[in-house]
Amino acid sequence: MNRFLALVGRDLHLALRQGSDATIAVMFFVLCVVLFPFGVGPEPNILARIAAGVIWVAALLASLLSLERLFQNDYEDGSLELLSLTALPLEAVVLAKTLAHWLVTGVPLLVAAPLLAVLLNMEAGGFGVLVLTLAIGTPILSLIGSIGAALTLGARRGGVLISLLILPLYIPVLIFGAGAIDAAVTGLTPRPHLLLLAGILAGCLPLAPWAGAAALRQALE
Amino acid sequence: MCYSSPPIRLPFQDLAPPMPAFAGTELTCLRGDRLVFTELDFRIEPGEALMLLGPNGSGKSSLLRMLAGLLKPFRGRLAWDDLEVRDEPDQHRRRIHYVGHLDAVKPVLSALENLAFWARLGGAADPNAHALDALTRFGVPHIAPVPGRYLSAGQKRRLNLARILAAPAPLWLLDEPTVALDRAAVRLLEGIIAEHRAAGGMVVLSTHADIALPGHRVLQLDEFSPVAHDEDEEDEEHAL
Repeated sequence: MNRFLALVGRDLHLALRQGSDATIAVMFFVLCVVLFPFGVGPEPNILARIAAGVIWVAALLASLLSLERLFQNDYEDGSLELLSLTALPLEAVVLAKTLAHWLVTGVPLLVAAPLLAVLLNMEAGGFGVLVLTLAIGTPILSLIGSIGAALTLGARRGGVLISLLILPLYIPVLIFGAGAIDAAVTGLTPRPHLLLLAGILAGCLPLAPWAGAAALRQALE
Repeated sequence: MCYSSPPIRLPFQDLAPPMPAFAGTELTCLRGDRLVFTELDFRIEPGEALMLLGPNGSGKSSLLRMLAGLLKPFRGRLAWDDLEVRDEPDQHRRRIHYVGHLDAVKPVLSALENLAFWARLGGAADPNAHALDALTRFGVPHIAPVPGRYLSAGQKRRLNLARILAAPAPLWLLDEPTVALDRAAVRLLEGIIAEHRAAGGMVVLSTHADIALPGHRVLQLDEFSPVAHDEDEEDEEHAL
């Protein structure tokens, strides 16, 4: 546990010193959402109708943006090799790095999302559920993404490859995430959507690090 | 009356654990579709040093990666105390230090932060103190606050080598540790290896440079090259 926290701490430390990943993800998220009123016109009803979907799609893309570098830097400078040789199991290494990735790129989205919801004229009743779906959903994005990042390690143009591998797997998260918000806005209960999202998270939590570690072992051979 | 004296027992005989030894038998390494070496045997016991020699591409790095568990042997077995490494990979990782070609230095972290992280993962009780001590032993305590990106190649190498002191492990696997090191640093490394061996540690290293390891054993990797076998067969064919 101590080692796990040491690795999470180091990754957060690195992210804060470099400072780019966190700000790029959240800036991209904001800009992506802000583009929509320009594209579909400033009609408040249309914007309110599409707000949940737009925010969720932007969140998917923002989380994808920094995934390529999840293992890349450690792989290139030899740290990943050494991490795989410590007493910490490789599955825990993947989970620690994914947790750090979520804290750096996922959590800022939670903060920015309500502001963007105001911008898109979303009904106030959906704000709480929006943050809740993102709180459950963005860790899933990081977890599934870690598999893609591990699989494409060492491949040329890995970033494009990750998008092709991972975006289809993001679809259930998008459906239930946006569905929960729509349900809340139209006065229905978002509970089933949230439960399904939480179920996906509960499934990904053990499975994604396991798959990611298997992919890393391949890359390190 | 006959009195039989009890057999003389040395005080440490009961206490001494069985000699841990690390051995490989009939190791074969396959990279892509090329056989790098075949039928390689070695054995190393506490206090010993094994030097891997051979031309480029003879498989020195591959063998070290295999010993570290990064590479699966295509055939053959690796055993620690007659227990197969394959059966207990977690145990094996705790007893080795591997220093490869890459220095694993993060440019934005200071030398001390870089090293303390590895010391903490290695299980050191006080990572910062151990890390600073290890840097001092490698003659570079002054680089402790310097960010990784300002370190020279030699300083990065010393920092990478300092990992082996920052947390204890019985088996050191060093892949060309002398690259980028100056004479003084090589002397320091020789002293540190000698001390490790005196304490019962084992060292396997590959090198092209001069490094003094008193009483070391040599493993010539080109002797296990499958190309050499092929040439023998061709000679036989010509003879016929």
